[in-house]
Amino acid sequence: MSSRPSPGGSRTQVNRLLALVPYLQARGEVSVQEAAREFGVTPGTIRRDINVLLFCGLPGLGMGDLIDVDFDALEGEGVIRLSNADFLARPLRLDSTEAAALVVGLRALLEGGREAEREVVARALRKIEEAAGEAAGVAAQVDIRVAEDPDEQALGSVLGRAVAGRRQVRLTHRSPTRDEVTVRVVDPIAITTSEGHSYLDAWCHLVEDRRLFRLDRVADAELLDTPVTEHASAEPLDLSEGIYRPSPDDLLARLRVAPQARWVTEYFPVEEVAEEPDGSLLVSLRVGNPAWLVRLALRLGGHAVVVEPEELAEAVRRSAEEALSNYG
Amino acid sequence: MSARKSERLLNLLIALLVSRTYVTKQRLRQVIPDYREAASDEAFEKMFERDKEDLRALGVPIEMGGHEALFEDEQGYRIVRSAFELPEITLTADEAAVIGLAARVWQQAGLASATSDALMKLKAAGVEVDREALDVAHPQLAADEPSFETFWEAVTQRRPVTFGYRTGTATEPAVRRLEPWGIVSYRARWYVVGRDLDRGAERMFRLSRVVGEVRFAGPAGSFTVPEGTDIRELTGILAPPSEERTAVVDVRAGKAVALRHRAVSSGPAARPGWDRLELRFGRLDTFTDELLGYGADLVVQEPPELRDAVVEHLRAVVERVTA
Repeated sequence: MSSRPSPGGSRTQVNRLLALVPYLQARGEVSVQEAAREFGVTPGTIRRDINVLLFCGLPGLGMGDLIDVDFDALEGEGVIRLSNADFLARPLRLDSTEAAALVVGLRALLEGGREAEREVVARALRKIEEAAGEAAGVAAQVDIRVAEDPDEQALGSVLGRAVAGRRQVRLTHRSPTRDEVTVRVVDPIAITTSEGHSYLDAWCHLVEDRRLFRLDRVADAELLDTPVTEHASAEPLDLSEGIYRPSPDDLLARLRVAPQARWVTEYFPVEEVAEEPDGSLLVSLRVGNPAWLVRLALRLGGHAVVVEPEELAEAVRRSAEEALSNYG
Repeated sequence: MSARKSERLLNLLIALLVSRTYVTKQRLRQVIPDYREAASDEAFEKMFERDKEDLRALGVPIEMGGHEALFEDEQGYRIVRSAFELPEITLTADEAAVIGLAARVWQQAGLASATSDALMKLKAAGVEVDREALDVAHPQLAADEPSFETFWEAVTQRRPVTFGYRTGTATEPAVRRLEPWGIVSYRARWYVVGRDLDRGAERMFRLSRVVGEVRFAGPAGSFTVPEGTDIRELTGILAPPSEERTAVVDVRAGKAVALRHRAVSSGPAARPGWDRLELRFGRLDTFTDELLGYGADLVVQEPPELRDAVVEHLRAVVERVTA
């Protein structure tokens, strides 16, 4: 937020010191290394913070007024010991942005987490709200809805058991790209959430490759007695960059998109967008499966036209003509 | 970073915190070295005002007041300890673990840093937060829309805003003026709800359709959200209409699997090798787009306006490609 202290400024340093002083006092002694790790800064920063403290204390700043740092311990063993700082025994209250960020984060866990975790999340949420006081009020103006489909919740719990028990699952999955239902045996690796949807990250024995299955497209999941293969030991995928991962080997297609269909650029990771003088957009995107692009072009019904490659433009026209023939 | 300024801010804070009474400016000028050494009264005033602002920006509650016995120019400042300190908080290990997890929910820079700062304060209060302790699936809240931070600030500080907004069909964005009451995330998309000042009614806007910069149109606390406003309920009212209408479509056997899943009823169609589905839908335009994706595997039977819309769009596709 723009009201966050900018890194490197005195505000940031004072903000950290207001937490560091009570932290050090609560623990008695802490190494510079550990304090640096806990506060996510370098040991040099912690040393500079301590140097500031040497000149701080009760008004008058006379001999007995200053915060006392054990120099021998600091220089010798790299350990910080503070005394004469009782007046800063507790950290500053959470400000409204901090309180809201944490409370909203916990509420997202309450909504999107699994049944077993809900009770503990609810307890933690109550305590944080109580400690934050008025500052937590802002969180009431933020509403997060993650997944609310009960079928998906039930499915999540079956798959969660499979991941934990390292057992295979027989999945019935509806593929939107191929428009077909397939049954496949998979080795579950993890359940993960990205952009509002939950996914099963798994090794699929049907295609013999790693796949992500969106849970609302899984019609059925049967927990099998068979253990997973070595493929399930892979690291879970990091979806923080989004779910579509176009491969550089994929076909590069170009579409001319009318202003009415600009949403395309919000939904799919596009390689390039150029604004045309007439307000339309020239969009380049990678396409793993040509059938997917034909579907997309049909859905955009005249608000988009495939510019390249020509074969795809032709495929779209053929599909539209074929569909029209159904209407006589 | 100026170590000297940090010292001064911290000493000012301590002086105001440990005093039982309001501390006058005169007194502060005596006890804080930088203030004492200020070249002029004006220089001191300027430095003091800025320092006060810096501390307030960190959330330090500095009160101004005085004692009845004092004259007005003897007003002073203080920090009430109970308003300054984080209250006692004791968390069990599993509670602390979910708080560490909540801190990983935000994928948005500003709020991720705010949660880090909150965790830092909790650690200072003796809570053992281990961010790595619990490695289970958790939702992630991303907010890539460039307008997110400004809207968040406007909502939390109750500042009206103006912004350009693109609707589905209009080519040019329109300027909207809004008192933003709340910010909403639904299925990973962010919306802002509030009172549209030009329409004099409640409205909802999708952040990804905001064009250009969002500007504040008033100071903090410019409006109040009507008492009893429930952001979730309001969003439900303003959201696109629910699925109230019925359509009948024929689909090729084994095809349109996602539609079959949603169908209210299904059975054989008149044409061999085809099935007939009954479906509910809300908006004609979005449902038309969805059906178009099935190409020749789907034929709309009812209602006529849906059938016409599909045919019209298919013709448009053929014409544009041919052209």
